[in-house]
Amino acid sequence: MSVFDGLRFRRVSSPIHRLDPRAKFFYVVVMFVIAVIFNELLPLIVLFLVQMPFVFVAGVQREWIRSLRGALFLAVMIFAFNFVFGYLSPGGIPGIEPPVDTLSEYLALLERSLTMALRFAVLVESFSVFFLTTSPDHLGLALEQSHVPYEFCFAFTTAVRFVPVLAEEAQTIMDAQKARGLELERGNFIKRVRNYIPILIPLIVSAIRRSLELAEAMESRAWGTTKKRTNLYVLKMRRADYALAFVSVLMLIFAVYVWRFISIPSLIAFLR
Amino acid sequence: MIEVKNVSFTYPNGVEALQRVSLTIRNGEFVAIMGQNGAGKTTLIKHFNGLLKPTSGEVLVDGVNTRKVSVATLARNVGFVFQNPDHQLFCETVEDEVAFALRNFGFKERTIKKRVAWAINLLDLTEYRKTSPFMLSGGERKRVALASVLAWNPKVVILDEPTIGQDHKQKERLRQFIVQLIAQRKTVIIVTHDVEFVAECNPHVVLMAQGNIVAEGDAKQMLTNPDLVTQASIVSPQITQIFLGLANLGLPTDLIDIHEAREALLNFLEVTS
Repeated sequence: MSVFDGLRFRRVSSPIHRLDPRAKFFYVVVMFVIAVIFNELLPLIVLFLVQMPFVFVAGVQREWIRSLRGALFLAVMIFAFNFVFGYLSPGGIPGIEPPVDTLSEYLALLERSLTMALRFAVLVESFSVFFLTTSPDHLGLALEQSHVPYEFCFAFTTAVRFVPVLAEEAQTIMDAQKARGLELERGNFIKRVRNYIPILIPLIVSAIRRSLELAEAMESRAWGTTKKRTNLYVLKMRRADYALAFVSVLMLIFAVYVWRFISIPSLIAFLR
Repeated sequence: MIEVKNVSFTYPNGVEALQRVSLTIRNGEFVAIMGQNGAGKTTLIKHFNGLLKPTSGEVLVDGVNTRKVSVATLARNVGFVFQNPDHQLFCETVEDEVAFALRNFGFKERTIKKRVAWAINLLDLTEYRKTSPFMLSGGERKRVALASVLAWNPKVVILDEPTIGQDHKQKERLRQFIVQLIAQRKTVIIVTHDVEFVAECNPHVVLMAQGNIVAEGDAKQMLTNPDLVTQASIVSPQITQIFLGLANLGLPTDLIDIHEAREALLNFLEVTS
């Protein structure tokens, strides 16, 4: 559950927490775009480091590290797949003349695979910062004020809010099945995956039941009666929010410029 | 025998659920653990089959330290029926559901068949043998959960809130069922808020509050003591409340059983008339 821990909001106050979710979301999208346009290791390292101050200013280092640790397994998988398949069909990877046989070609392949894993880490990093510092309520408000239909906003915020509830329920179900002699850690890989069936089915069934109950309870409380809703709190972009949006735009322009007009050396070439 | 020695338990989020709790439950004993929400009842019973390991202190089940063995090993002797049957049901038929644990414990297919038929019959579920557990009513699902635990014939049976959501008939059935289990020399441990049920069953009562055991003793002693009852945030059975209110007439105040109460009233009427 550690990946989810890294996405779970905790109510604290910091300059980052106080930012408008729309500005933060714009920043995340910019990060996303930059991470995706570059295929080289150097810019991704820069991108990874650029976000660190945000984490520290927000004071969410512990949770952030936990989410990265949770993402580690997938990152390793991405690295391994890229390495193996890059080796099998290395076409298109700069610095490699197929087949892969010299040391520098191996290094290029290694760098490429690392890049892909790091790209994933950068994406997790920025989403994690966003979700760790944005309360579900603010997120819902931001969606509403962006003219997303209220039903969708509500479904979205409810889903986010129920993540910890589901995590707790998963734990209870695991306990109940362990009490019936289920050993999750036993057997080979396939068996271990199958071991999770007795956990997943009750979890899904109970989530569906819960959502039906929630729907009934809400309808009995006249949900959706008024077409035009008003909010107690209204989000307003302030100077800091515009500043973040502006910096994000600058970063995007700079990144696109570098990507179009500057050839980025591979890390190995750079180190040499 | 279950021995809880000086056990403290703190959840990862820092909540101290048990504080230096000590308790001994002998074989064949019938114990009811009572107390308000958050008193640590469920945390305590989760130590009996190793689902939780003490932060400090130790729990011994038949002399085996729960820290040293897996939940599956302990579960072979300690059956645990969870409060909400929906947290465990997942098979396509009631039969498969009841057989699940038996397969986990490595019983032979022939034995499994026999045990499943026995447990299903015991809980009056034979007609639902091939039905999906999800199609059954709440009470029936609870019985399936119970059957799925009794099927492997554990020495200790733990029931977490067994009376919640059960109608009177089902409760009476449950009571008779517990009596039957005790007659088979099984240890039965229930966690409940249902004082009337406890008054009818007359078990050994353990009262808990804020992670501590406040008192333990027989049901009559525990449920008729106003101080203890207040401390554990429960209420006395209605019979007791009536007799406590009539104390100045010289009626006994330590009654929890309807039959005893009628006896006492008849005696009183005879004496006064």
